Amino acid sequence: MATNSNHNLRRQMLKVAHSLGLFFAMMVLCVPGLWIVLNSFRPTVEIMAKPPVWIPNELNFDHYRAMFGGIGEGGVPVLTYFANSLVISVTSTVIAILIGMAGGYAFARYKFKFKGGIFVGLMVTRAVPGVALSLPLFILFARVGIIDTHFGMIIAYVALNVPFTIWLIDGFFRQVPPELAEAAEIDGCTRWQAFWRVEFPVARSGIASAGIFAFLTSWNEYALASQLTRSTTSKTMPVGLLDFTSEFTLNWGGMCALAVLMIIPALILTFLVQKHLIAGLTFGGVKG
Amino acid sequence: MKRLKLPQWLVLLLPAIIILSAVVLIPLVLSLYSSFTSYRLTRPDSIFNWVGLFNYEKAITDAKFWAAFGRTVLLLTVALNLEMLLGLGIAIMVSKVTRGQRLLRTMMMFPMMFSPILVGFQFKFIFNDNVGLVNNALQSLGITDTAIPWLVDGNLAMFSIIFAEVWTSTSVFGILILAGLYAIPRDPLEAAKVDGCTALQSFRYVTLPFLMPFIYIAMAIRSLDVARAYDIVQIMTNGGPARRTELLWTLIGRTGYVDARMGYANAMGYISIFLAIFFTVYFFKKLTKSRQELGMGM
Repeated sequence: MATNSNHNLRRQMLKVAHSLGLFFAMMVLCVPGLWIVLNSFRPTVEIMAKPPVWIPNELNFDHYRAMFGGIGEGGVPVLTYFANSLVISVTSTVIAILIGMAGGYAFARYKFKFKGGIFVGLMVTRAVPGVALSLPLFILFARVGIIDTHFGMIIAYVALNVPFTIWLIDGFFRQVPPELAEAAEIDGCTRWQAFWRVEFPVARSGIASAGIFAFLTSWNEYALASQLTRSTTSKTMPVGLLDFTSEFTLNWGGMCALAVLMIIPALILTFLVQKHLIAGLTFGGVKG
Repeated sequence: MKRLKLPQWLVLLLPAIIILSAVVLIPLVLSLYSSFTSYRLTRPDSIFNWVGLFNYEKAITDAKFWAAFGRTVLLLTVALNLEMLLGLGIAIMVSKVTRGQRLLRTMMMFPMMFSPILVGFQFKFIFNDNVGLVNNALQSLGITDTAIPWLVDGNLAMFSIIFAEVWTSTSVFGILILAGLYAIPRDPLEAAKVDGCTALQSFRYVTLPFLMPFIYIAMAIRSLDVARAYDIVQIMTNGGPARRTELLWTLIGRTGYVDARMGYANAMGYISIFLAIFFTVYFFKKLTKSRQELGMGM
């Protein structure tokens, strides 16, 4: 009897420790971000207050009003930045996924010379940081005349995302048994039809997870964007954050408001697809 | 007339190869060439001034370069190991929860949604010695009454940067390890229980080997990211105070853009890229090996 109650006690303690640990971990992960959200609703006086004001007196929308107010009122053209970010990220994600599907399929289904070499070569392109690429790319793009255009940003981001999408999608197509597509071909499908009707549906959730990674990368990228965009015609939101800085001061409140605007779309997207994301990672990257 | 017929795999790979050559390869060749010249941004014609291996010799004998190199390796080691341990812990805790997993998973991925540059600003704000969250909290709780100079003291600044780096990327490990935990087959775990393994033993000998491929993938991805860390450090400390947090790429960025010595910066860049490639290849090898041990094949 004694051992039994001892056992129960230990189980209870473990359960409490588990909840506490989970609570603490989630707090550390979420508080820094939530603090930014909170500060976007506080007037600058309160942010800078000493001693600190922990509980805000009221919800204050000044920073949002200033931000959306346009250039004349000390605002920043955030809606234009938002639209630029959205167009550039969505287009480059779609293109990167299409190219990734073609490339991943080639790696998964064909045997050819230098396969390993080409694969490593693709991955190595990811070792080059944006800072190193930005100047030569700037010179190149200036020659071609696509500096400060959506088009230039889109092709830069497609190149940034293609290696990773190929890698993930390759793993997914390997999961689909080749016999499945062969059977479809015997039943009279062309290879193209067999791909869309049989292999694509099976690999769909992996492709979705590659898409999220590509979208988040483009949505958040800064080093390249800061060099390749010059004006409101193509500036994205991460570059827009710098509009809130001047040489000696930082407009924290305004910056927080723009940060909230940046996070919301990413948050919605991730919440919607996180289940696919995990399924995708399980089969795509590892078993490949 | 005979039509030129390319093999199918090449046709499929062609778009990827074309776009990567245009956006990555050509700029790389350009900067590789300029690393053998005395190219300065202020004097564009200096790009034709061939100096051979001079820039590389200078980089190899430059103490500042090796200091930045060492710091990057330090950040890589500390951050990757911490992220791995914390990610493993969080993933295990989340996988044991029976209700509300969807919400917990989204919370777990919350930091992943932050742009690196935003993370930089965020932690510059949080560790601000005057109005930052950390000092405010410490002072309100009465733990200290002086303002701790988080970003002004060299050692504390490095700590703050590691904290920011770990905060953003523990999720990457967490999510990959969680994916691994979901995929573990039940049979070996039950067999271990029947054979009388304790929880710790079955974790050590059944769960962990199964998770290793997932951990190595996260390591490979993250080692590339940390080796080219730039945005966060650039915003938080700009390599200061007195170069105490200078990493490879902040040093290279400063040499190239601020001092305008692009040729020299590119030479250092090439050495750094080899560091990144070394780590990636190392983790990929480990990954392949642990896959084979599990009989997953390649």
